[in-house]
Amino acid sequence: MLEVSLKHRFTGFDLDAQFRAPPGVTVLFGRSGSGKTTIINAVAGLLSPDQGRIAAGDWVLLDTKSGLQLRPHRRRIGYIFQEGRLFPHLSVRQNLGYGAWFAPKDAPREDMGRIVDLLGLGALLDRRPGALSGGEKQRVAIGRALLSAPKLILADEPLAALDEARKAEILPYLERLRDEVNIPILYVSHAASEVARLASSVVAIEAGRVVAQGPAAQVLGDPAILPAGAREAGALITARVVRHHDDGLSELEANGIALFLPRLANAPGTQLRLRIAAHDVILSRNRPEGLSALNILPGLVQDIRAGAGPGAIVAIDTAAGRVLARVTRRSALALGLAPGVGVHAIVKSVSVAPADVGGAAAS
Amino acid sequence: MSDWLGPAEWQAVALSLRVSLWATLFSLPFGIFVAYALARWSFPGKQIVNGLVHLPLILPPVVTGYLLLLSFGTRGPIGSFLADWGIVFAFRWSGAALAAAIMAFPLMVRAIRLSIEALDPKLEQAAATLGAAPAWVFLTVTLPMALPGIVAGTILAFAKAMGEFGATITFVSNIPGETRTIPSAIYAFLQVPGGEGAALRLVIVAVVVAMAALLLSEVFARRVAAWVGGQ
Repeated sequence: MLEVSLKHRFTGFDLDAQFRAPPGVTVLFGRSGSGKTTIINAVAGLLSPDQGRIAAGDWVLLDTKSGLQLRPHRRRIGYIFQEGRLFPHLSVRQNLGYGAWFAPKDAPREDMGRIVDLLGLGALLDRRPGALSGGEKQRVAIGRALLSAPKLILADEPLAALDEARKAEILPYLERLRDEVNIPILYVSHAASEVARLASSVVAIEAGRVVAQGPAAQVLGDPAILPAGAREAGALITARVVRHHDDGLSELEANGIALFLPRLANAPGTQLRLRIAAHDVILSRNRPEGLSALNILPGLVQDIRAGAGPGAIVAIDTAAGRVLARVTRRSALALGLAPGVGVHAIVKSVSVAPADVGGAAAS
Repeated sequence: MSDWLGPAEWQAVALSLRVSLWATLFSLPFGIFVAYALARWSFPGKQIVNGLVHLPLILPPVVTGYLLLLSFGTRGPIGSFLADWGIVFAFRWSGAALAAAIMAFPLMVRAIRLSIEALDPKLEQAAATLGAAPAWVFLTVTLPMALPGIVAGTILAFAKAMGEFGATITFVSNIPGETRTIPSAIYAFLQVPGGEGAALRLVIVAVVVAMAALLLSEVFARRVAAWVGGQ
């Protein structure tokens, strides 16, 4: 368990953040400029905060009270930068081996061949970074960080500089990383879809402060937080694949509620994490009839949060889990929505994280 | 070919090459250090150091030569101290190398400093997070990345050392076989009747060497740049 406590004053910006990162992927989630990168730069030792303590058990990286501050090269941290930062004068193979060369000889280390396979780097080893695509560079950067025998991995929006196709190329590798490499990962992101797919727990950051932390489903399902704004809001529920139907649909089950999704590749029995974006949910007081939507979750309104504009976010507790819906304030009034009122959440579409995410399912 | 240049002329060419080679090689580590310090560190008196390094570029070479004579002459404060250790610069070829090194130093430092300033410190940060101590970061990232500037600065300094005249002749005079480099020899040949032929031949050598150095630095710089930022 990594414990971070930081205070730092810039001109015009105050950072005052305390959080804990349990094993798995902890996503620092917030808008651009909220201080996420400052936090992980302090963890990496690239920034000296005014005050703070960063430690995992008896492994102390920083403690300004006792004047202890490890230099970056002694922290044993694998840092995946947003822009890759590969060494252009070295080959891919040399880039991958760079960190391993400096790691203590007795450090538990990943096998080069395994990481090369995991990240699909086999064909790139003899090339130079200048000849790689953006997605390839980022995969090499991930491999380089892993092979430095780190005790902790930091990732600063590693997908932000990539287009959607490249993101889709890298995300599965990051998921395998989370599931197959037993190192805690601190991951900075402002993209809700990445959080939904990767996070075991979420630390929501706003203007240099931690506004919420906890399991991903709990933080993302809280209408009071919405670190990425109402537009990006969406809740997570966990479901199990039941069977695949002949008409191209897959049937899932979330705590007794049946859900139908376009055909999934996962075998029956697989646990999946589903992200339901708030803007893909319609609310109805009565059970709707004669409607084309297949997925209807009955539940009780738990909370309503009006935003600055005409919209409001409604949190509904269903048997399947917490669902968020984005409706207009006018509709909320017309439907008479209030905490405790029964509604039906009609879900237009669902995005699926292809693997179960450890820890988060507990909520 | 050997008939084309007389023995006195050959002597001057060989001496010039020796003086310039030593001047360049000896000042290179200092040049890299000073360039790095000026590019990356902030310390009190940085502008003074910067000014001192560039002074030989602006001062009349005769002044630099005379200052060298005052300080490194056998009776000068540094010269007399070094003489106790058996190191003498005054009126020796090593003095010519010292004068050439000091005159070429600002050019070398400028080229290297520019390439270090152009280097993204983010790469050095990345190396540090991968476990490289500062000295290793310098050796494995900073130095190779700055190589195009180092090569350009070295060749430029060599060419400048080949052409140094004013400071050299003031500091170590014009002694055949000891301090008579190509420029001094041209000057000497022009002082005697019938010396024009020898002077002209040395002029041709000087032009060829200068052109070769320039072309070499172009080719090298391109190759090294391609290697550093390579595909």
